[in-house]
Amino acid sequence: MSNYTILSVSDLRKYFTTAEGVVRAVDGVSFNVKHGETLALVGESGSGKTTTGHVIMGFYPPDGGKIIYKGAYELSIPMKKRPLELKRDIQIVFQDPGTSLNPKRLVKDIISLPLLVHRIVDKRRVYEKVAELLEYVGLSEEYMFRYPHELGGGEKQLVAIARALAPNPSFIILDESTSALDVSSQAKVLNTLVKIQNELKLTYLLITHDLGVVRNISQRVMIMYLGKIYEEAPTEEFFKLPMHPYTQMLLSSIPTLSEEDEKIKPRGIESVGEIPSAVKPPSGCRFHTRCPFAKQICMEKDPPDIIVNNNHIVRCWLYE
Amino acid sequence: MLLEINDLHVYYKSYWYILKVLNGVWLRVDKGERVGIIGESGSGKTTLLKSILKILPQNGIIPRGEIRYDGKNILKLGDNELTKIRRKEIGIIFQDPMAALNPVFTIKEQLYDIIKHKMMIEGHNPSSKELHEQAVKILNDVRLPDPERVLKSYPFQLSGGMRQRVMIAMALISAEKLLLADEPTTNLDVTIQDQILKLIHKLVTEKNLSTILVSHALGMVYQMTDRVFVLYAGDIMEEAGTNELFNHPKHPYTQLLISSTPRLSSVGVGEGIKGKIPDYRNPPPGCRFAPRCPYVMDKCINMKPGKIQVNRDHVVSCYLYD
Repeated sequence: MSNYTILSVSDLRKYFTTAEGVVRAVDGVSFNVKHGETLALVGESGSGKTTTGHVIMGFYPPDGGKIIYKGAYELSIPMKKRPLELKRDIQIVFQDPGTSLNPKRLVKDIISLPLLVHRIVDKRRVYEKVAELLEYVGLSEEYMFRYPHELGGGEKQLVAIARALAPNPSFIILDESTSALDVSSQAKVLNTLVKIQNELKLTYLLITHDLGVVRNISQRVMIMYLGKIYEEAPTEEFFKLPMHPYTQMLLSSIPTLSEEDEKIKPRGIESVGEIPSAVKPPSGCRFHTRCPFAKQICMEKDPPDIIVNNNHIVRCWLYE
Repeated sequence: MLLEINDLHVYYKSYWYILKVLNGVWLRVDKGERVGIIGESGSGKTTLLKSILKILPQNGIIPRGEIRYDGKNILKLGDNELTKIRRKEIGIIFQDPMAALNPVFTIKEQLYDIIKHKMMIEGHNPSSKELHEQAVKILNDVRLPDPERVLKSYPFQLSGGMRQRVMIAMALISAEKLLLADEPTTNLDVTIQDQILKLIHKLVTEKNLSTILVSHALGMVYQMTDRVFVLYAGDIMEEAGTNELFNHPKHPYTQLLISSTPRLSSVGVGEGIKGKIPDYRNPPPGCRFAPRCPYVMDKCINMKPGKIQVNRDHVVSCYLYD
């Protein structure tokens, strides 16, 4: 990991208009991603984590805020208007490889398309490169002539990773990339992701709800709830000293597999309530409706950034 | 012994071929015991639960095997007796409440129906006032706020967590002895999952029900059960007390599965398991895990290993311990 900031997001906003009203999916989110690191963006369904990733990808334009990539590109412009070079440099791996791979194409065609679009290799050498990529993610050459339905879930996801790697990107968004997999195939995918990151100096934005995965592959963690980020810390510290009540609730809810894991879980907090509608988010701190420590001020004012130490930031009135 | 399954085979017929899914499954559940079944997607978990209630799809056949429930062989029971068991003794929580609840009826209509049929089995035809009282009581039991509003709602008007609570309520009405839970929290967020699991645990303890919890989430099974069966590709690979199984797994499949699970306290996961679950049209003749097993031997390929007792409360089906 270096200190150079590859992606800088400030005050990002994305609203959707629905029949019930305006959904504030992402509502003022700021963070920096350093080159070569894995930054985890964690939240439950409806927290806006996937929307954040999709805005960065350019699937839809933001309604406010700035996204600066590599200090030079402004990512608020939609996908279609982005220069080819920029599209090549940012890739994504989706959650469900069953729907993100074209069922009518052979694996070789799925992976060769980005190679041809971005002119990565000469046309005559394209299948050589495909075989090389497959080998790289741990699949043999034979997979070139298979259709996605002939592969297991983990293997499909590895094909999706090979496709994302094809145009030599430097930044990959992993949008719940292992949540649809069984643990036995998830392990292979996680290990492959770590290996290629180290070798190719890739930067990952890991969007997930699984804190076990976070612990294993990310260096920093951000916790998102109803469109806002409430805690940000290096992974080690995050598991040692979770501060925000929501973070504590998340951690304490995980069914663990051993005594050592059980010790990590914060005590004295129990999961209550459900995530409120993002159409009418609660005033002040958005978590106050479920927070056992909520005070008067939590309902009235947005909590400030409390800097615990250099890299640990929590947004909560408890630590004021 | 409340439930005992021996040598259960379940096949699915299709136009061209036969899927041989369950391949001689065994299982036992004592009174008041909480049993877990671990299995990955496609291992036959749901098929197993459905055969206990004999609610397999039309193309499902049971060529061989025995399911003894409370002294009776379920597979030989007539419709009347089965209906009695389904309405009064065994309840099931399905995986996806959106698919299990009928979208065109309100919760009230669906809940009343179940309560009414259960009471009719008991020889009592309830008035609508009684039905309402019962429905409100059961919704309170599963901690649903504002039961009156829930009763009037259609399934799509409730959140995922609330729908799952309704499912639990429905299962509890008919579960006086045994509760089957098929991945009861798969589609829920972790904080809601925690609430639901605690609720199930509390209700089951209060009513002293036996439970079978089926899941691919190892942590959940570790926390919620007394004894665990490991199911892979339609075969029980291992059976042991929960602590014993998670701390001293014997079968290579169980070992790999446990080492593949990410932990909170340490970094690094095992290498996982290569390959995929076998094709049920033409499953491996010997041990069904043999094609993916790192310790595979010649005999594993040709003949299915029997049950091997490694210690008092630990049975494994693997030639390594022969």
